[in-house]
Amino acid sequence: MPRWQEQLIKIDDYHWQIPQSYKSGMRVPGLIYASEEMLKSISAEQTPEQVANVAFLPGIVKFSLAMPDIHWGYGFPIGGVAAMDIKDGVISPGGVGYDINCGVRLLRTNLSETEVKPKINELISKLFANVPSGLGSEGKIKVSQKEMEQLMVEGARWAVRHGFGWEEDLDVTEEDGCVKGADPSKISDKAIKRGMPQAGTLGSGNHFLEIQAVKEIFEPKIASIMGINEIGQILVLIHTGSRGFGHQVCTDHLRVMEEAVSKYGIKIPDRQLACAPLESQEGKDYLAAMACAANYAWNNRQCITHWARESFSKIFGKNPEELGMRQIYDVCHNIAKMEEHIVDGQKIKVCVHRKGATRAFPPGHKDIPQRYKEIGQPVLIPGDMGRCSFIAVGTQKAMEESFGSTCHGAGRVLSRGAARRSLKGKDVLRELERRGITVKAGNIPSLAEEASQAYKDVTKVIDVVHQAGISKKVAMAVPVGVIKG
Amino acid sequence: MIKRTFEIIDHTADVGIIAYGIDVRELFSNAALALFSLITETESIEEKLRRDLEIMSEDRDSLLIEWLNELIYLFDAEHILFSRFDIENLSSNQLKATCYGESFDPLRHKIKTGVKAATYHMLKIDKDSGGYKAQVIFDV
Repeated sequence: MPRWQEQLIKIDDYHWQIPQSYKSGMRVPGLIYASEEMLKSISAEQTPEQVANVAFLPGIVKFSLAMPDIHWGYGFPIGGVAAMDIKDGVISPGGVGYDINCGVRLLRTNLSETEVKPKINELISKLFANVPSGLGSEGKIKVSQKEMEQLMVEGARWAVRHGFGWEEDLDVTEEDGCVKGADPSKISDKAIKRGMPQAGTLGSGNHFLEIQAVKEIFEPKIASIMGINEIGQILVLIHTGSRGFGHQVCTDHLRVMEEAVSKYGIKIPDRQLACAPLESQEGKDYLAAMACAANYAWNNRQCITHWARESFSKIFGKNPEELGMRQIYDVCHNIAKMEEHIVDGQKIKVCVHRKGATRAFPPGHKDIPQRYKEIGQPVLIPGDMGRCSFIAVGTQKAMEESFGSTCHGAGRVLSRGAARRSLKGKDVLRELERRGITVKAGNIPSLAEEASQAYKDVTKVIDVVHQAGISKKVAMAVPVGVIKG
Repeated sequence: MIKRTFEIIDHTADVGIIAYGIDVRELFSNAALALFSLITETESIEEKLRRDLEIMSEDRDSLLIEWLNELIYLFDAEHILFSRFDIENLSSNQLKATCYGESFDPLRHKIKTGVKAATYHMLKIDKDSGGYKAQVIFDV
């Protein structure tokens, strides 16, 4: 893969522009959030070219944006944000990604690291047994086709209605755990067949459930509103998405979009950017199907939340309420959302594509829960399993600059193959254990792919978004135990 | 001369293959074998069942993607692993094949990677004097 050789225009230390004149066909400039040091790895592949390609899409407004954790994806870069005017813009499944509503959820506890450490092996084993994970893992909940259809429409509420989790969990989930407009008639039989057995599962790959200990609190007041009060406090982070169901939805609709591109005469520089006008039947059908997959993913994280609480409860002999296992927040990082934003002084409705990017709404925004109105929307940024994760909040600047969006994680630097060639899963496991992190994984060799060395340092990623002002860091936590599929 | 069947290539977040074939049929068959070699050790797959597949698409590029996505679907939804593919009929937009393999058995089949979709990203089918060559990137 050749390096990207063109010059980026420096706006300031954290903003880099690809001018609209870079390529004929770009409708807006590209804007990359990064430090000078990070640009080297960003340009090591053709990622900036992908940022420029996204700028070709009809209806795109202001910028084709890229977060500092950006890396090369198919069509859209991962870490890309693009907002399309709903009047003349398009929707692109590639701008959402295959794993629709891949996202993270964070729970707090009243437990401290000193209470959890002595029982960590027991706890991790319990979680591993209790949360269905791994490739081709089948759920503990068996849903009929009819229930599957309800689940697609209701999202996390379906789980809560069936006793998995608490009503208040929904209040602190993006969109209350349910995107409106889900229409099961837009879902293929294949997607249903892939989705039914995988409902309520963690999956494999980079998905995980992590027990963390708070290591640093940068904003004590904001943290305390989230229920994060002291160093050493134990948190639970859940990272998963819509499994094979979301992938099938994306695959099915990309095929439809392929035809739509020629039908509507849309010019795109990469086939994987296939799209259709938001107002077209093809566009509406995809949005209705995407909502089903997003809701399916929320149901997954909701079920897993319940089993995590159940596992803690068994090991510590107290009920989850006594353990203070409230949900802090749940964010998606692969989705397209209809939102109002100010562009050129005018409030307009846009469809914001976030692919490997997180919503970061500011204090006072109408779409954030009452509990967080004062502090802004919590943003959850997981790092790799050997380093740390961050909790941040959205800002007004994000609203003005990045369509209320920020980064989503560390971002890969080593391909899976390169990681496997240079590292052994067993050694990664041993190294983590040497550092006091207990790991239980269904597939040990694949641990190499998720090793620290395969990822950018999330600390540097968060520093860029913090310094650029599109989110504010609140706390940092380190892993104590991890389960992976 | 050793006949080339396929090789595995790297892609930052995902993984890819380059498949070879003296004709398009062999190309499609080797691409499918490469896919299952990403998922497991194909030598461990016995021929215990067969499945007839028929795929239709707009052009040869998308036919290849649809073909691979159908096989991914069969593994994800029905847990079937295949190791032999007889492509009986192949035009620029239609394919008929008989696939041989068996149901996934966690005791005998070591899972390497969970492949979730074949993408159009960097998709290339080339022909030279030695035959055909196809590059496909998978989402994993």
